[in-house]
Amino acid sequence: MTDRRDPLLKVEGLSLSYQTRQGELQAIRDVSFELARGSALGLVGESGCGKTSVANCLMRLLPDSARLSAGRVLLDGQDILLLTEEEMRLLRWRRISMVFQAAMNVLDPVYRVGQQIVEAIETHGVESTEPAARERVARLFRLVGLDPKLTEHYPHEFSGGMRQRAVIAMALSCDPDLMIADEPTTALDVIVQDRILRELKDIQQQLAMSLIYISHDIAVVAEVTDVVGVMYAGRLVEMGDTADVFRAPAHPYTAALMSSFPSISGERRPLISLPGEPPNLSDPPQGCPFHPRCAYATDVCRVEYPPEVRAGSHRAACWHPLDATLVPQG
Amino acid sequence: MESASNIPETPNAPATGTDASDDGPLLAVHGLTKLFPVGGSPFRKPSSFIHAVDDVSFQLGHGESLGLVGESGCGKTTVGKLLVKLLEPTDGKILFRFAGDPVDTETGAPWDPAAMRGRQLRSFRRRVQMIFQDPYESMNPRRTIYDIISEPLSVQGMGDVQYRVDRVLEILTLVGLTPAGAFLFRHPHELSGGQRQRVAIARALVIRPSFVVADEPTSMLDVSSRTGVMSLMQDLASELGVAYLYVTHDLAVARYMCHRIAVMYLGKVVELAETEELLRNPLHPYTKALLSAVPLPDPGSRREPPDIRGDLATPIDPPTRCRFYERCPAATAHCLNHPHPLLEEKSPGHLVACYEV
Repeated sequence: MTDRRDPLLKVEGLSLSYQTRQGELQAIRDVSFELARGSALGLVGESGCGKTSVANCLMRLLPDSARLSAGRVLLDGQDILLLTEEEMRLLRWRRISMVFQAAMNVLDPVYRVGQQIVEAIETHGVESTEPAARERVARLFRLVGLDPKLTEHYPHEFSGGMRQRAVIAMALSCDPDLMIADEPTTALDVIVQDRILRELKDIQQQLAMSLIYISHDIAVVAEVTDVVGVMYAGRLVEMGDTADVFRAPAHPYTAALMSSFPSISGERRPLISLPGEPPNLSDPPQGCPFHPRCAYATDVCRVEYPPEVRAGSHRAACWHPLDATLVPQG
Repeated sequence: MESASNIPETPNAPATGTDASDDGPLLAVHGLTKLFPVGGSPFRKPSSFIHAVDDVSFQLGHGESLGLVGESGCGKTTVGKLLVKLLEPTDGKILFRFAGDPVDTETGAPWDPAAMRGRQLRSFRRRVQMIFQDPYESMNPRRTIYDIISEPLSVQGMGDVQYRVDRVLEILTLVGLTPAGAFLFRHPHELSGGQRQRVAIARALVIRPSFVVADEPTSMLDVSSRTGVMSLMQDLASELGVAYLYVTHDLAVARYMCHRIAVMYLGKVVELAETEELLRNPLHPYTKALLSAVPLPDPGSRREPPDIRGDLATPIDPPTRCRFYERCPAATAHCLNHPHPLLEEKSPGHLVACYEV
């Protein structure tokens, strides 16, 4: 029996690369984090920073060109990277489910929406009889704010927001311990986004489910998550309680992300743009990957990857953290 | 990418022609309407219409930036395409008075895109340009950056090759793609999204237009390149005297880009005001709902859910009453029994279309 106080998920030293024609592309480098039961973790960063690759590792949905060079992914102490494909198939949806970025394309157009979810439930043996599975789907539909009558409809009869809710219902169908949502509302209008985020948050708290929420929109992450990790060039450069990280970002990249983000609230403060481009991951710069764009970079940043600095659960990988309370450990 | 503050000043920026503004605004739109037929066939008239843009009127000053915001399907992009004559209006009038030459030399009247053909139209296109949302799809992948940016110059027959090379180099420097010479013979796929959108901006501005429709120019970009492109567009607007119609679904972006904001709902402009006034003092129930749905980058804040019912109604043959009636928390019997309210000035410069304000 696992202890409820143990973290549900522990990622240790995860490194992933893709073989491309340009050589080896280092998508994730030495990423470690923990996720408590019932907690919501946000992963933010720009496109290509590796946040979706982390999710794909957790689901073990990787293309043939991917190579996991190091690390462990422990779900309740069990390393899921060592499972056989068959064992992993049983674990997906049942314990870890995922809502994909292009959720519009997840639903099969020729089957009724309810039927698709019934199948997922039966495949994983969550309910033994079809009427019970149907009853469960109706409950899930109510949970995500859809009329249970809509289970008899086809995907094309749904609006974008309704489809996204149906996909969330599907991801919830087998009572997973962890749900990964990869930009689930990026293609939606704000009013629909607002409703779906509220429902997602409600459901997550009701079911005490853990959530990993991946987004480039720091405002959404601020509202939905308890803990946030900031990724840059395949590295997790900062992590901590969402409130701490937003109040006092320690890594200059996190600070730059926040000061370049426009908001409709408060005074209209100037936006500061970040110079340069993210590095080429086939040939990342030596030292800290952010140094070519960093206003605080010194000689040591150009040579050596920074050590971790910490204050409680707030940590960052930087030689010159903006929050001086974060100090090297050991 | 260079940050905005590093963009050099252009030595030969054209005068904005302040004298021309005496003749009236750059752009005046009256009762603009665009209906798209649904169904129908070569032998049968369509029975119903999508009311994409329905009786929209507004004005735009010289060098001013007007934001057009709303949810997908509200008709904001259609308005942009009508203004640059990529679509023909079903009804209504669009009149331009450009700085320096407020009247069309052929007709002696303000420029009217609906009436233009041939040479006149080409002359109009020199003054009005559009920037598209997707920098991955708005450029021919086989052509070089020089080909892409110089095309408007060659279409307009402006200058010889040496002149065009000079202008392309100049505009590349202006949009922060430096050293400009290194970009000339590269292809779009060699550039990042932010750099490509800078090329799209360079292509639109190389012939020094007076008016640019920018359709979600930053929505495909990452946060760090988005800010750069936004400040670039602002700097160029003040340096070159360009007026923008900035089409976006993102109110926070509109706040930084626009002097005034018009909110659209199902083909109608429901509210129009100066930007900070609209954000601080929204009057239309739809604007209020839209503003309260925007997430805030502050983990401590708690937003109330937006006060709005149901989902977006269909734009196909909508009833004549207020378009927002079904979703409105403040709707009354009066709203049900009367036609869609007119856009009226409730306080100086603040226009709202609602019976209950």
